[in-house]
Amino acid sequence: MSRHFHFFTFASPPRFYALSGFLIPWLYFVAVLTGLIGLYFGFFVAPTDATQGDAYRIIFIHVPTAWMSMVLYLVMAGWAAVGWAFNARLASMVARALAPTGALFTVLALWTGALWGKPTWGAWWVWDARLTSELILLFLYLGYIALVESIDDTRRADHAGALLALVGAVNVPVIYFSVRWWNTLHQGASISMTAAPKMASTMLTSMLLMTVACWAYAFAIVFVRTRAIVLERERDADWVLALGRSRSGVNV
Amino acid sequence: MNWGSWGEFWAMGGYGLYVWGSYGLCTVVFSVEPLLAMRRLKQALSQIRDAR
Repeated sequence: MSRHFHFFTFASPPRFYALSGFLIPWLYFVAVLTGLIGLYFGFFVAPTDATQGDAYRIIFIHVPTAWMSMVLYLVMAGWAAVGWAFNARLASMVARALAPTGALFTVLALWTGALWGKPTWGAWWVWDARLTSELILLFLYLGYIALVESIDDTRRADHAGALLALVGAVNVPVIYFSVRWWNTLHQGASISMTAAPKMASTMLTSMLLMTVACWAYAFAIVFVRTRAIVLERERDADWVLALGRSRSGVNV
Repeated sequence: MNWGSWGEFWAMGGYGLYVWGSYGLCTVVFSVEPLLAMRRLKQALSQIRDAR
């Protein structure tokens, strides 16, 4: 056995299971800590907005959840594709574990957007390019989940899901650039790589801390779900049987 | 500090329903989803233990 570090070391389900078990409590810890500091900045440090009043404070959760909904979709499609192309079983399991969390972030982005739209635009919902493409993203997540759950053969389900996820990935740049390509009611990008931020630095601090919290949360929850899927699928493997016998397997 | 009292804080300048409605659902989701995921993992583990 080579002592060099292998890139695919953690592609092995038993290694992933051990490493993720170590990381999950830390990820939850980071999520709670950055989330609380972010909320403190968002509600107690950032000033009231001159035009939107305090309704704008929804931004601190709306923008991070909307970012996560798009990023998680691309990550899901990416792992699904890796699982399909290289027959990497762990990659397909990660893709499946990502879908419910991505769908929930999409629901939260739409929900917080509606609650922000009502006081500022006067409407809960408009059929605008940004909102409509985000709704399509939710249907893509739900379609992916329905498809993979409806096929009994695990391998075939993974492959069919990968195809759907990859085709649907076209929608993500559409969501992102929709505010530029079409005349929409939705405001432009909050943060741009090419221009200085248009908001006060305390607002930016809060939004970025909340984004870190969402990332840590997403990693933690996806790791937990992937561990469950690993055990469900590899229940006949020697290492899983050994885990069932050992004391450490009981403490998750 | 933005708020003179807790009443002002909860009122959110008249936008309390929208602001707390947003953060409320997020709190529910971020609390319930980890419990559901943990339950699934526990179930998988107990099935392994039962299987031997």
